[in-house]
Amino acid sequence: MAQTYIGAPIKRREDIRFVTGRGTYTDDIKLPRMLHAAILRSPRAHARIRSIDTAKAEALPGVVWVFTLRDIGEAAVPVPMRMYKIAGLERYLQPLLAQNKVRYMGEPIAVAIAESRYLAEDALDAVEVQYEDLPEVLEVAAALRDDVLVHEEAGTNLAAVHEIKIGDAAGAFAQADYTRREMFRVHRHTGNPMETRGLVADFDPGKRELTVYGMTKLLHYNRQVIAAFLKLPEHNLHFIENDIGGGFGIRGELYPEDFLIPFASVRLGRPVKWIEDRREHLMAANHSREVSCEIEIAARRDGTLLALRAKIYGNMGAYIRTHGGLVPCSTAALLPGPYRIRHYECKIHCVVTNKTGMGTYRAPGRYESCFFRERLLDMVAADLNLDPVELRRKNLIQPEEIPYEIGITRPGANPTVLDSANFPSALDRGLREFGYEELKTFQGRLMNGRYHGIGVAYFVKNTGGLEPYEGARVALGDGPTVAVYLSINVLGQGHETAMAQICGDSLGVPMEWISVFHGNTDLVPFGWGTFASRGTVMCGNAVHLAALQLKQKLLTIAGERLSRDPAELELREGAVYQKDSQTPALDLKDLVSHARESIRQTPGQPALEETAYFTSNQLTHSYGVHLAHVAVEPETGRVEILKYLVVEDVGRCINPLLVHGQAVGAAVQGIGGTLLEELVYGENGQLLTTTFRDYPLPSSTDVPPIESLVLEEAPSPLNPLGVKGAGEGGIVGTGAVLANAVSHALSSLGVEVKELPLSLDRVRALIRSRP
Amino acid sequence: MSVKHTVRLTVNQKPYEKLVEARTTLADFLRNELELTGTHLGCEHGVCGACTVLLNGDAVRSCLLLAVQANGAEISTVEGLAQGEELHPLQKAFQDQHALQCGFCTPGFLMTAVAFLKSTPKPTDAEAREAISGNICRCTGYQPIVQAILQAAREGAVEQKRNFSAG
Repeated sequence: MAQTYIGAPIKRREDIRFVTGRGTYTDDIKLPRMLHAAILRSPRAHARIRSIDTAKAEALPGVVWVFTLRDIGEAAVPVPMRMYKIAGLERYLQPLLAQNKVRYMGEPIAVAIAESRYLAEDALDAVEVQYEDLPEVLEVAAALRDDVLVHEEAGTNLAAVHEIKIGDAAGAFAQADYTRREMFRVHRHTGNPMETRGLVADFDPGKRELTVYGMTKLLHYNRQVIAAFLKLPEHNLHFIENDIGGGFGIRGELYPEDFLIPFASVRLGRPVKWIEDRREHLMAANHSREVSCEIEIAARRDGTLLALRAKIYGNMGAYIRTHGGLVPCSTAALLPGPYRIRHYECKIHCVVTNKTGMGTYRAPGRYESCFFRERLLDMVAADLNLDPVELRRKNLIQPEEIPYEIGITRPGANPTVLDSANFPSALDRGLREFGYEELKTFQGRLMNGRYHGIGVAYFVKNTGGLEPYEGARVALGDGPTVAVYLSINVLGQGHETAMAQICGDSLGVPMEWISVFHGNTDLVPFGWGTFASRGTVMCGNAVHLAALQLKQKLLTIAGERLSRDPAELELREGAVYQKDSQTPALDLKDLVSHARESIRQTPGQPALEETAYFTSNQLTHSYGVHLAHVAVEPETGRVEILKYLVVEDVGRCINPLLVHGQAVGAAVQGIGGTLLEELVYGENGQLLTTTFRDYPLPSSTDVPPIESLVLEEAPSPLNPLGVKGAGEGGIVGTGAVLANAVSHALSSLGVEVKELPLSLDRVRALIRSRP
Repeated sequence: MSVKHTVRLTVNQKPYEKLVEARTTLADFLRNELELTGTHLGCEHGVCGACTVLLNGDAVRSCLLLAVQANGAEISTVEGLAQGEELHPLQKAFQDQHALQCGFCTPGFLMTAVAFLKSTPKPTDAEAREAISGNICRCTGYQPIVQAILQAAREGAVEQKRNFSAG
């Protein structure tokens, strides 16, 4: 009987430590002789620094050291770009600490190290900085005038431009029956994981080894960069991810603090802890989503889409951070979506301003482009007198056209190929599950003082991440027990359970035997990390391959012991069987003890372990539909969601409990981002939203129950498990579907949503400004 | 160095006496002085609810209280919920319903729910949803947390022998 852990809704084994308060998050780590760091941040958006005086601060009791960029000296490097390094962006990298000029509110200037966090924060109050204010520039349009330069030495705020050209858009536009041009904008907001950033760096001066806790997302890459900065051999650094309170794209990228805290520990020869507070997080950790788009579409009178032309502007903030131009480039990459649009041109502009630097937030660029495209399609449908669903259905790429090559849509990458899909089926199943036809009768109706609207949005999300490999090591121990070591880390998704499911099936052993270890650069020597919905796609397949290799090795050993051809043997439920036999021929406990006692028992090499890397240079694509029914109260602008469905095809679902959990949780995040959250800058470039009172995250009463339909109609041919990432499909379509639903609700008032968020004041303004 | 004050209190029925600065928050006191790190800090300004503990039976935000204000009080934290290895019905229900992902907010939700079920042993869906509206979770979308509270209520969280509020 084949084991079938894959596909079963198995409860998470990691939960026990979390519900009992025994998780170990970064701030829970306490080491002997540990010091505490606090970071002085600029209160100004744009100013020259005339002087920094740390003497009074250093004289305070309990304060060990206050340092500035000068103290780092020649070792100081800017935070490097990791990806989407479009030419030009390299001129705008962030220094580890500001020395001559600050360019956004929250920019780090000095670090205080003291015996407690309280004392370190006291020290910050005593650092004296003299500023000379400069005019600030916050918005893209103003920045492009270059009247105020964020980086004078670069001579422009237009940091980089990248162009996509597929087919002949100009020709298609010239011949089209119908064209429409619109401007759309998504507001600045970000991920806000519940645990703020934090690090504990522990340098051992005797061994010259540095252990850093709280490192996450990209442990190996980050280690490589920090090792070079500290001039230590890479393998003398041990980057450890303990339990982590959520990631969402924000956490785990290299920030100045990831250099500063290890630097302080090395310099002082003592452990140093830094825990960010929420105000710091809101002004210093990556912001995201602020992308605007001028978009033009060409179609035939019957609704056949012909071409798209777009100009995309990313408000990158004051510095180009690790992601380079990723957010606006990813907006462009899948702008055509699941539709047959042969001609596509896009010009991407990365513009610097005096705001916090931009990075990724769950489904970066895809949330934005889904809103731009799907909103525009509803406008096209209205113009051409077509039902919005019919317009989509007419243009969806058909199953027989898959794999479908869109063309090269990402800088320096392979062509974008939609690897596996049945787009029409996901749409139909979503409509049916949602009861679209019945609900459509409410479209635009005013009932009990509220306008009702039904929205549809289709999304495609590339998953798997561009980084080309992940590794896993599977080892058989006494007991028998199985250890699975992952090259990736975990941000709360449930890999300890899901990877054990994969290993259990692929190796043929009970899940109870398996322990999963992750988040430590010493476990597997090479790896990238957990982001871009790639954990299961990349590392899940590495586990599968390593387990298969180990199984082969075990069967070879068993064959020798039993004097049988290994091809006649199989491993299932933790024992070796002659094929077609129900009686175990050899149990693994014997095999382990023989292997340990004599190398002769283990042909090849004694270790009962195997390492495998799964490599891929192609992305898998999940896809699906969001559907929403909203009621809008015209007096207050309040949007209430009455029904919400996320449909996503994930190729193959390892654990439905976890996949539904991702979909529902992501949808609520996206609803919050669409209705409530906005990072608002006021006079003098002051960030006004620096607490959870000013930046409201969705609470339980702000959101409806979310329905989630997980499909497995189109397994990916790009990996042996057939999986696609499931972490982001729940958020991609939230902005688009709510904008469409609100627009339909208020259509009798002439409202067309072109900007997010759909906060009370914005919706009220739309109603007031009706023609 | 600033003046220190004596704080005597019980946490999870165990008595403690410590000297603390007046400005030490109850959350920092629990985490740093008593090494009860199950109580988490998400915002340190009273909005997210991750630091929720019970003070004489009431759910409070330990980041907004000073340790000295808890002098003489009976405090319950997440570490006191399970009896040995036996999970509290709410803890079990959180696992059953997949009501946590990263787990950082979970202790705050659990303590909020303990106090809620004590006053409302048989809640409706809407009441359970309302009861947790002062706690923020970024992972789950709340739905499974509501379901977990309802499951625990069905399974009799309040019938437990131990009284978590009063020790």
